[in-house]
Amino acid sequence: MTINNLFGSDLRPVNLGLDMFADDLAAQGARPVRMDWAPPGGGDPDVIDALSRLERPEIAEKIDAANAVALERILAAQPFLEGFGQALDTVPGMTPTTILHAGPPIEFSRMSGPMKGAVTGALVFEKLASNLDEAFELAASGEITFSPCHEHQSVGSMAGVTSASMWVHKVTNRAFGNTAYTNLSEQLSKILRFGANDQSVVDRLNWMRDVLGPVLAGAMELNTDGLDLRLMLSQALHMGDEAHNRNVAGTTLLFQALAPYILESDFTTKEKREVFDFIKSSDYFSGPTWMVTAKAALDAANGIENSTVVTTMARNGVDFGIRVSGTGGQWFTGPAQEVIGPMFAGYTRDDGGLDMGDSAITETFGIGGFAMAAAPAIVALVGGTVEEAMGYSRSMNTITTGNNPNITIPALDFMGVPTGIDVRKVMETGLLPLINTAIAHKEPGIGMIGAGITHPPVEAFQQALRALADRLA
Amino acid sequence: MTRHIDIRKNTYLDSVSLMSMSTKANGIEGVTQAFIAMATPMNKEVLANLSITDPAIDDARPSDLMIVIDTDEDQLARAVGEVDDILARKSAGNAAADIRYNTLGQAFDEVPDANLVLISVNGAFAAREARKALAADRHVMIFSDNVSIEDELELKTMAHEKGLLLMGPDCGTAIINGTGLAFANAVRRGSLGIVGASGTGSQEIAVRIHELGGGISQLIGTGGRDLSTSIGGIMTIDAIRALDADPQTSVIVVVSKPPADEVASAVLAAAGATTKPVVVAFLGSERTESGYANVTLASGTHAAAVAAVRAAGIDGAGVSESVDTALVQRVRSALAPEQKYVRGLFCGGTLCDEAMFLALETFDDVYSNIQKDPARHLTASMPSVAHTYLDMGDDDFTDGRPHPMIAPEVRLDRLIAEARDPEVGVIALDFIVGFGSHENPVGVTVPAIAKAKAIAAERGQHLEILAYVLGTDLDTPAVAEQVALLEEAGVTVASSSTNLGLLAREFVAKDDTL
Repeated sequence: MTINNLFGSDLRPVNLGLDMFADDLAAQGARPVRMDWAPPGGGDPDVIDALSRLERPEIAEKIDAANAVALERILAAQPFLEGFGQALDTVPGMTPTTILHAGPPIEFSRMSGPMKGAVTGALVFEKLASNLDEAFELAASGEITFSPCHEHQSVGSMAGVTSASMWVHKVTNRAFGNTAYTNLSEQLSKILRFGANDQSVVDRLNWMRDVLGPVLAGAMELNTDGLDLRLMLSQALHMGDEAHNRNVAGTTLLFQALAPYILESDFTTKEKREVFDFIKSSDYFSGPTWMVTAKAALDAANGIENSTVVTTMARNGVDFGIRVSGTGGQWFTGPAQEVIGPMFAGYTRDDGGLDMGDSAITETFGIGGFAMAAAPAIVALVGGTVEEAMGYSRSMNTITTGNNPNITIPALDFMGVPTGIDVRKVMETGLLPLINTAIAHKEPGIGMIGAGITHPPVEAFQQALRALADRLA
Repeated sequence: MTRHIDIRKNTYLDSVSLMSMSTKANGIEGVTQAFIAMATPMNKEVLANLSITDPAIDDARPSDLMIVIDTDEDQLARAVGEVDDILARKSAGNAAADIRYNTLGQAFDEVPDANLVLISVNGAFAAREARKALAADRHVMIFSDNVSIEDELELKTMAHEKGLLLMGPDCGTAIINGTGLAFANAVRRGSLGIVGASGTGSQEIAVRIHELGGGISQLIGTGGRDLSTSIGGIMTIDAIRALDADPQTSVIVVVSKPPADEVASAVLAAAGATTKPVVVAFLGSERTESGYANVTLASGTHAAAVAAVRAAGIDGAGVSESVDTALVQRVRSALAPEQKYVRGLFCGGTLCDEAMFLALETFDDVYSNIQKDPARHLTASMPSVAHTYLDMGDDDFTDGRPHPMIAPEVRLDRLIAEARDPEVGVIALDFIVGFGSHENPVGVTVPAIAKAKAIAAERGQHLEILAYVLGTDLDTPAVAEQVALLEEAGVTVASSSTNLGLLAREFVAKDDTL
């Protein structure tokens, strides 16, 4: 539009900056387009430079093409639950003295309170230590191998602590052939993954090892077709779950699919009854199932040259780490953030541990906080109204590559969940991914005390962007 | 300390909402602790563990809602009321969501008819956004300053090649299709097109044209550096050509500080090549001949406005630039012999410039933060010397604070300081109203004016406060309202920027010539 064309048209200004100018434009009847702008790259000149390099047309074209491939692989994933097995026999790289944990790599001394609680509890559970004091010593001795779940095709909720004899889901992405793992829900509150580690916690883990795991594994041996988890997840969203903090529908659907096989198995009625009661005790039962579904889909999109799509977001309670398709296994980290939200009676913000767990794999996949609009029942977590929840889901379109047509949100006219977080877009807009998550007490041994929302640290994305620019442009 | 226990029978709320409500209730001032929970065995146990026991709690059933509030006795009623409000889920207004976009790309996708971007973000980020807007074929106005000259050249070259406007950086004003952008005055539409490298100079000419009965077709700001040798007047020349091609425009006015000679020649050549009368005001320039039949040179803003309306066939007769001699005589006789100097404290850069150039026609000892003569240059931290004219919107004065057009109170301390100098006869002030500007600049200044006059009176002097209000009858507040406030405060009000400069100079000129 030339200058003289402008003179002959209606002026439709975009106001980027001072709001008072937009107010004056509105007062003159000019219908200003308003912006919610933040300095790109958090205002860091190096990051802006990296962003500009990646924006050069020939580079941007390569990235866009690679991201389209990454998105396509995420959308085409077909994660099926194939069965359950014990970690030692199932998870790649597992040894009797290996402890897998959530988030990016971290040594025992730097771990958060709840993660230390979970590690020591697991060492007692594995009988590698006879009590918690011994377990602390052992954990610090160097004899235990600590490794991120994510580096073993796995994810772990909260502390993510997974030890050799724990049972894990085995999920295969039938479209691409990769497999992913995650352990079983301990249900909610005073549990290992939140840092609790007293005898009641170990007793439950023993029962899960001796009864729950074998019953579930036995049931799935009878089901030779496997369970189509993407289909189930998609139904759960239509029933009001966002599949990170609300899992009531997903748990019902999963149980409905497992129940006939559990009944058909050779276990005693008492054992089956215990399993049913355990599943009923918390809606969270299927939470890990959706995490591993997401993991199986995202692993297939990893390692695509030139792609700026995020394939991992994970926290260990101290550091928040992301991994990006185009940079493979490399972690980019920043400090884990506080989780803001309602707390159980008797606890305050000061009691809360920092953001923890591999569960942000759900947001990486496009559910959880990204699908907040599907779960109006839990908008109190984001402190607000249903309308705000709708806004949260829509706003994630700004930083993603596309939408998942297989997993949709009815209230947003069946908009597909926003999928394929693009590091460039996050840095361009300063809009960080929204994560719905639980809050663990900051001290070991206590457990869950609330739930709320949080964001990754901007530093992780800044590092990732600089690394991508150095590699690609 | 009082404990308030309220059991509401058969009142169900989900646990997530209750957690949120408890958190809010604990945040109420005066509340030591608050619990809002269903009376489940688990929640009752939590209360028991905290030694909160009561027969009513024992009797409550899982379908009942328990509310426990610990608070000071005198705060109880208020705290209970606030908890009730939380329970009533009174949300803070559900006005239609104000749609905002995070990136220009999004805004252009969603609002394809958006055709101009007004950028006022931090200058470090402005060029990047401007580049994106130009790449998407949108016109741009950059209000932000601190954009490098290299970026400006690149952006203007890009805009020129695409036939787009790139107004700025540091462009304070524009009126496009009758809509004022950033700092602008409400003027009628008409046939006079303005191209301005100086913001308040353009505003002043637009206001004068409006007052003389003319109207504005377009006011295109170019940013103060457009006529530098580095930029070479790219946007000024493009704007002149666009106004030449614009059927709504019959006369073109160009206003700027004096540019480098070769740039001045290029601008005059572009003006000379148009089919329309062009009035060029290179403020403070000694050039008198344009060399083109259709191009008139004007020395000041007032003269430029008068020449322009006359060229447009509007009767500007009867409008004189000459000052009111009776007024000048009155002020001269009121001032003591030692009151020799003018102190001008300006919000508008061009207004300061114009007054300073007029002073320089009469006096040598004129100091300013915008003086080109290094011997007469002042910084913000230096006291005034002899005749001092300060552009208080200059970076040196604002130093990260708001511009005095937005926050005119930044001048007040300086106003009082000048009043303490017994050699000062006149303090000159400008007030700018209109879009973007402070809503009552005179109002916030009047108390300081009274104080300044009182300080002088204490030592037996009359201190002349001279002011000019840049604005129109259509602005909010209207210029007449601001003038009335000034006159009430005993301030002499000039009729234009040029008039302000002339009166200030003449009030302290000791010879009898006028």
